[in-house]
Amino acid sequence: MIFFELFYTFFLIGLFTFGGGYAMIPMIQEQVVSKGWISESNLTDFIAVSEATPGPFAINISTFVGNSVGGVFGAICSTIGVILPSIIIILIIAMIMKKFMKNKYVQGALSGVRPVVLALILSTALVLFIKVLFFRGNSFKGEWEFDVRSFALLVILSGMLFIYKKVRKKSLGAIKLLGLSALLGIIIFTV
Amino acid sequence: MKIGALTFGGGYAMIPIIEEEVTKKRKWISEIEIMDILAISESTPGPIAVNTATYVGYKVAGITGGIFATIGLAIPSFVIIFVISFFYQDFMKWPVIAAMFKGLKVGVIILLFSAVLRLRKGVKVNLVGTILFVSTLSIMLVFSFIDIGFKYLSLSLILLGIITGIVLTLIANKKEGSK
Repeated sequence: MIFFELFYTFFLIGLFTFGGGYAMIPMIQEQVVSKGWISESNLTDFIAVSEATPGPFAINISTFVGNSVGGVFGAICSTIGVILPSIIIILIIAMIMKKFMKNKYVQGALSGVRPVVLALILSTALVLFIKVLFFRGNSFKGEWEFDVRSFALLVILSGMLFIYKKVRKKSLGAIKLLGLSALLGIIIFTV
Repeated sequence: MKIGALTFGGGYAMIPIIEEEVTKKRKWISEIEIMDILAISESTPGPIAVNTATYVGYKVAGITGGIFATIGLAIPSFVIIFVISFFYQDFMKWPVIAAMFKGLKVGVIILLFSAVLRLRKGVKVNLVGTILFVSTLSIMLVFSFIDIGFKYLSLSLILLGIITGIVLTLIANKKEGSK
């Protein structure tokens, strides 16, 4: 049955991927491309689309493949498949962690992990910053090129945020900020 | 659900939004807990975004909360991709869409930087922490710059942090014992 096969395949992918979305690509190539569900070049195209659309890559790709193989119901099966391992594993861990949170060693481990996580987030920010501002196609593989428009947008947005904070005494919400950047993006990049 | 609808590029890009919605606005969990949850999400199987949603949901409202938060995260992407998949090859060719996404990328950069600034307050500054922070940062930057795809990089860095933390606790224990 195709629906069960979709569910099972994405369940495996969800179970064996560590880290974020792109860590899944090799697994998807192995499991999905080999079954003929999606071609190699379609997959590459889709990665670009997924990068430009909201939502976690894992859910995007499973919806896309599920839909192209088995329609709406196929998309539902593969998406549930990909998130189910996480739900089960995390729920178990969360329950165990509750008991062990006061343990000295758990506390020690967490205090060692916090600076690492902070650095991981900062490096994501810096890499994105460099890619968007200095490389064509927003990838290190592209040519070196300073993107004046992105830079202008960055300056304008930061300026607006700064003024907003001074005037309103609180920072602008993340969602409003993203709406604003989408709007300004349309203005700056289409003229 | 709001978080899923507004997250680009998965995993780390959604941290600022989660952090703001969940810690600042709703006060569901603290800033320190967020970082612990992220570390756990990274070091367990499954996509980070899904793991984080489940964990936050569980913390707030138990098992049902975990399940609902995850479904909420999945629905927006599901709907958007479902619609796009019918005409995705032309999708990026629309100049307005492309311009909008370029603008959003800049917005995400600002959000990430401000999240780092806010989360920083929750981390105790000490020598080992600084060393861990600086080395993780430089390793990550070098690896992404030379474009080596090592998929277990951040996972191994997190494990390194865990081990360092445990070893330090062991050493502290020994000192106490010898006194």
